[in-house]
Amino acid sequence: MVSINNQLSEKKVTEKEIVVALAGNPNTGKSTIFNALTGLKQHTGNWPGKTVSYARGNYVHRGKSFVLVDLPGTYSLLANSIDELIARDFICFAKPDVTIVVTDATNLIRNLNLALQIMEATNNVVVAINLLDEAERKGIIVNIDKLSEKLGLPVVGTVARNQMGLNRLKDTIDDIVTKKIVTNPLKIHYPPEIEQKIQEMTPELENILKGELNPRWVALRILEGDKTLIDSIKQYLVYKEIDIKGEVALCH
Amino acid sequence: MANKPLPLSNLAVGTKGKVESILIDGLLRRRLLDLGVVPGSVIEVVRVSPNGDPTAYLIKGALIGLRENEAKHILVHPI
Amino acid sequence: MSLTMNNLNKIIELSNYYQKNSQTSNRDKIVSQIYSQSEIIAKQAIRNNKDKTTDLDKRLDDILTSKIFGYPIMLLILSIVFWMTIVGANYPSQILATIFFYLQEQLTNLFQYFNAPEWLRGFLVDGVYRGLAWVVSVMLPPMAIFFPLFTILEDLGYLPRVAFNLDRFFQKAGAHGKQSLTMSMGFGCNAAGIISCRIIESPRERLIAILTNNFVPCNGRFPTLITVATIFFGAAVSALYSTIIASMVIVGIVIVGIIVTLITSWLLSKTLLKGVPSSFTLELPPYRKPQIMKVFIRSVYDRTMFVLKRAVKIAAPAGAITWLLANTYLNGNSLIDIGANFLQPLGYAIGLDGYILMAFILGFPANEIVFPILIMSYLSQGSLMELDSFAALKTLLLDHGWTWLTALNLLLFSLLHFPCGTTMLTIKKETGSIKWTALAFIIPTSIAFLVTFAVAQTVRLLGIL
Repeated sequence: MVSINNQLSEKKVTEKEIVVALAGNPNTGKSTIFNALTGLKQHTGNWPGKTVSYARGNYVHRGKSFVLVDLPGTYSLLANSIDELIARDFICFAKPDVTIVVTDATNLIRNLNLALQIMEATNNVVVAINLLDEAERKGIIVNIDKLSEKLGLPVVGTVARNQMGLNRLKDTIDDIVTKKIVTNPLKIHYPPEIEQKIQEMTPELENILKGELNPRWVALRILEGDKTLIDSIKQYLVYKEIDIKGEVALCH
Repeated sequence: MANKPLPLSNLAVGTKGKVESILIDGLLRRRLLDLGVVPGSVIEVVRVSPNGDPTAYLIKGALIGLRENEAKHILVHPI
Repeated sequence: MSLTMNNLNKIIELSNYYQKNSQTSNRDKIVSQIYSQSEIIAKQAIRNNKDKTTDLDKRLDDILTSKIFGYPIMLLILSIVFWMTIVGANYPSQILATIFFYLQEQLTNLFQYFNAPEWLRGFLVDGVYRGLAWVVSVMLPPMAIFFPLFTILEDLGYLPRVAFNLDRFFQKAGAHGKQSLTMSMGFGCNAAGIISCRIIESPRERLIAILTNNFVPCNGRFPTLITVATIFFGAAVSALYSTIIASMVIVGIVIVGIIVTLITSWLLSKTLLKGVPSSFTLELPPYRKPQIMKVFIRSVYDRTMFVLKRAVKIAAPAGAITWLLANTYLNGNSLIDIGANFLQPLGYAIGLDGYILMAFILGFPANEIVFPILIMSYLSQGSLMELDSFAALKTLLLDHGWTWLTALNLLLFSLLHFPCGTTMLTIKKETGSIKWTALAFIIPTSIAFLVTFAVAQTVRLLGIL
């Protein structure tokens, strides 16, 4: 049944399809959200050239078709492991229309750490604060509006296992796509010695990158000594060996 | 705050320490950073595995198990 | 739109220039800054009502990872999972077998009605259909029970505690504590166990886990182990104790598997996979209430798909091939007889016989068909009989010269031998390397031959047979 559904859905898929990436720490209920949004309409495969599997599913909302790509659960986007590399490459090079960051309400500090890193790479982010019921049981109350204000992004509270908040989430995703919601993600300010080097590099990077990547983000990766960035740029932007969006989300 | 930094692995269960530095480079250092072991974080020693190693630490709100030969690379000020 | 090599070179120049000086400290500063920002925001947006925070979690951990109760509870939970899998699968297995047997009769009637030639009926019904029916009825129920039970333990948050409790043993063997989880998965299906090795982030430890996963017997091998243990060791005592003895034999076999796993892991980490133990970081997430019904529905669906696919792709062709080999004659001998005769000396040396080795080879695509192939080939030479009881099966095996040594070595060989075809394909996919895939075949097979050879020679030398 999986494969039949899949063939049907693949026929409908076109370039116009809205691609949504699902990111988050491990153990945040990310897969529960994925399953709740896509039901049994899922397709699994391996990431291009990697031995890590991905899951992709479809859903229809407000009459539009969305492709949801489940990224590996990671603690950061700093490319320490294959999982993190995949998540980062998809967000930065496939440029999904929206990225959902699923966070665990009972452990916001570490979850926001990932959200902030993703916000450095893309503006189109919605944060889902999941496991609200569990947080409540533990006496943790999350002020969603305050969080949204601080992050400069839409934030939706969810209890994925009861489907709570999922409609809001789908509405919000669509609002970002239609530009009804304009995000203004919080940018982190680093210590002066780092900011100064970023300033030094930015003008040249702007010229080099031609709008393909965010210059500030690339400057930060250069400063922290990321060894994987050059390879990824070569693969995705220079030789275009791999069309990560096409292969994973749109399945040409 | 106490004076001399100690390896995290020397701390007793129930005590806390504030991270001063991480002594190794490479993948482990980056992993630890990602988990929130950054200078200034407070780490609490929560419990030890039934046969003595690994130990579970409360780091930035999450319970993380580390082996002794990893925790010994993290220098903390006991508090 | 796209960038040129020239652009790329400029980026490389920039990074060479800026990376000359301390990237490590830059990285520390960047990560620290992001974390302190997260902390500030979280503090502003969260109200922590009281300290019932980790109360329940703490109390649960106090018990589940305690010095006194930690291991007994672990064993108890594992036993419950196995008990539910084996006992719970029995009933649906019997129903499925009844249905399939009924359909087989109908099929046979249909062939007779159309006056189809006997070889065609034999090939399609006795070969293809029976292979398919066997795999579905034997494999589906235990898989559909075992995997959701594990998913529930995982959703509950218990599995990481198991890794936490057991890590020391694996550390000593140069492996990762999470290997205990990938091994547990292997009880369900080694291919699934090997996929689950992805939870081990460090490549070295992950490879160790992949190469040794086969030493835990999967659901495809359990029925064989149980049958042989029951008729040869359980039956040695009165009926009252026979189940207990048979269970103890199975537990013994599993323990042998675990010991071999640890020794092999240790040897690998000292030789082929030498190196510094990589990073070990294990999150112990909060305990959570699992969604039992959802997990079961999803699992029954997923496993049904998996088993059906496997039955059609592997068991049906294997059944067909076995039937052909058993029914194609050359100078009065069936091809199976010829193969078995050829393998007989080797089989005898390791306490088995040529037919058993032949069955393991023909059963390479899927472990669960090894025993049926063996029975099929034993039956093809002698008179046909109804194998409706353990007693009849035992008679058949005794007629073919089985002793308790044959039974014991079959258990050991089944436990230790090469992974099945699906597992081999999975290993190739997961490691992306022919070398490791080949080793995943060679290592267990050599161990299987060595151990069974040693046991057979010792027993014969001591004359305790």
